[in-house]
Amino acid sequence: MSDNVNTSKNESAGAWERARTGYGRAVGGLRDRWDTAAWWQRWIVYVLLIVGALFLPYEGLAPVMSPESNWQTILFYPIGVYVLLALGLNVVIGYAGMLDLGYVAFWAIGAYTMATMSTKYEWGFWELLPLGILMAAVSGVILGAPTLRLRGDYLAIVTLGFGEIVRKVAENSEWLGGTRGIDHIPHPPSREGVWFAGTEIFTYKIRDARPYYILLVGLIVLVIVFSKRLEFSRIGRAWSAIREDEDAAEIMGVPTFKFKLLSFAIGAAIGGSAGVVFASKASYVAPANFPFLLSATILAAVVLGGAGNIPGVIAGAFLVAWLPERFRVVTEYRDLAFGGILVLMMIVRPEGLIPSRQRKAEMEEGSGGLGSMGAEVAGPGTSAGAEVGSK
Amino acid sequence: MLHDFTSQFWANTVDGLTVGSIYALVALGYTMVYGVLRLINFAHSEIFMIGTFGGLTLIQVVGFDGGPYGGFALVGILVACLAASMLASGGAAVVLERVAYRPLRKKGASRLAALISAIGASLFLQELFATVVIPKFFGDGRGRDPIHVPDLLEKKVLFSIGSGEVRNDKLLIFVAAIVMMVILNRFVNGSKLGRGIRATAQDPETAVLLGVNIDRVVVVTFLVGGLMAGAAGFFFALLYQQTMFNIGFILGIKAFTAAVLGGIGNLRGALVGGFTLGLIENYGGSIFGSEWKDVIAFTLLVVILLFRPTGILGESLQQARA
Repeated sequence: MSDNVNTSKNESAGAWERARTGYGRAVGGLRDRWDTAAWWQRWIVYVLLIVGALFLPYEGLAPVMSPESNWQTILFYPIGVYVLLALGLNVVIGYAGMLDLGYVAFWAIGAYTMATMSTKYEWGFWELLPLGILMAAVSGVILGAPTLRLRGDYLAIVTLGFGEIVRKVAENSEWLGGTRGIDHIPHPPSREGVWFAGTEIFTYKIRDARPYYILLVGLIVLVIVFSKRLEFSRIGRAWSAIREDEDAAEIMGVPTFKFKLLSFAIGAAIGGSAGVVFASKASYVAPANFPFLLSATILAAVVLGGAGNIPGVIAGAFLVAWLPERFRVVTEYRDLAFGGILVLMMIVRPEGLIPSRQRKAEMEEGSGGLGSMGAEVAGPGTSAGAEVGSK
Repeated sequence: MLHDFTSQFWANTVDGLTVGSIYALVALGYTMVYGVLRLINFAHSEIFMIGTFGGLTLIQVVGFDGGPYGGFALVGILVACLAASMLASGGAAVVLERVAYRPLRKKGASRLAALISAIGASLFLQELFATVVIPKFFGDGRGRDPIHVPDLLEKKVLFSIGSGEVRNDKLLIFVAAIVMMVILNRFVNGSKLGRGIRATAQDPETAVLLGVNIDRVVVVTFLVGGLMAGAAGFFFALLYQQTMFNIGFILGIKAFTAAVLGGIGNLRGALVGGFTLGLIENYGGSIFGSEWKDVIAFTLLVVILLFRPTGILGESLQQARA
């Protein structure tokens, strides 16, 4: 009996292996093409992608993309918001190789900044966007400063606790509306009469999600440009040095603590910006909007797509947000699937569906974040033995 | 505020030590796995959760819910349920190690990959209980509601210290936690396998060269941590008489805080950290209001990391000897 099981297992493993290498080659080929493309070819692709994103709310797509819920609404939330959050988390996980499990807290801080300041002090959206970003970044620094000095993995549990603290504080404090939350949050100020693709894109009202979506696309493009510039700057190089071997980076003169804190604060800031936009669209925030599960979902998006690679992260976030909306059947088992995906990806394809080349190489040799585990037994093809015991 | 603190001091001490015993038992699992693998086993909180259901399964299968019992019947039932909880958790911990961690360890994956796998396993187990196990076996089709655990033990006050009423179940939990701690300490410090665990924690490479079977050491570490978490799960169900699919989430973070507080990797540190956390949380709760307990515990974690990152007793499994 066991023979049968084994042979069928081998056959399926063979097919699986072929599919895997085939997919890997396709992604690699596309990347080679991209790497050798001229600057104007790349710019054409960039412009086409942005225009494509702007036309995504088109009504004709709705029956295909989301027959059961309003396509334009889900394009804003969850899809757009998840993409922005995943890009922010990518700076922490993908670039600096640290694990932030309370990422939703920064989103909440942005949203609550918008909610309290606009309802209590009548600040406007455009003043609150930078303020929300600042608040999130500052709380990131406050949280990161004590933890990042130590081991990277403590950050994971501290952020997990922090996510809960933020939610509990919002629940327990009357000033923040308690469990009922805060409603009547004003929309951003409108500017009438600017038409694009059949909608007034600067008229922020309750019904039409498209103007908010376009605002979000603007933010996402900004964040992408910002992340790309960072990735190839001195800062980005410092991050990848930290990711691959923190001790070596420190010895070579990289101030690791400073750069880790910077990545954590930038990630937090991006989360905060998503929060401000979300609160102004939803016009209502409550602690129940920010459960731990959401942090885990965004993490699944980043890991699934390919941490450290922007197209991968966007694709991952889109899939994670869109699939449960498209196929309502799976909603019940959605989080079960995300948990399974996280484990499976780490075992089978830790670099993600669309990885960056550098990241893939790192994952294969076992660097790629927080150093190596203890009690490693060097197997064939790994040189992990020499690193065992390093903290 | 302060008046509440003084008038309720002894009551809070009793409650703090009781809940601290549970934290300590769960913290052992974190501390041992971290000592050996340098990995925060996020799914350990779900191992604890499975423990709360282990005893409940036995109660349901055999049909004990006619209780409360007395005399030898009670002792027998308690021991049987404790054993069921410990077995369920220990088994789950071993399976977890096989499925979620060993493949990564064999590949020499980075610790980031292991942490992500751990958080995935945690999410998976929680949702598995919420969507499949609980609706099917425990709670009339509703997986996300609290599940009632029948009362096995008639709870009565044995004696009082000031305002603190020492109930029989609380005393049982406190004493049992200390006894288990002593047994575990003897196991790690006295037995051959325990020596292997300490050797691996100290220097895995040399341990391999000296003939320690690391795979076995890792499995035993997970098993022992699981057994302790199972016991904690049983005691938790006994104390609060309810459980839930995500019962381990907050408790897990707190138990980890306890482990860091005592010094991660240090067995007796887990006990000291558990009690300290339980006491601080209860005292703080009486001053600021009990809805702030969780916030107090997590703030404490950040504060320890700021001022004494190695914990009260210092860290390292290998130095935790008699």
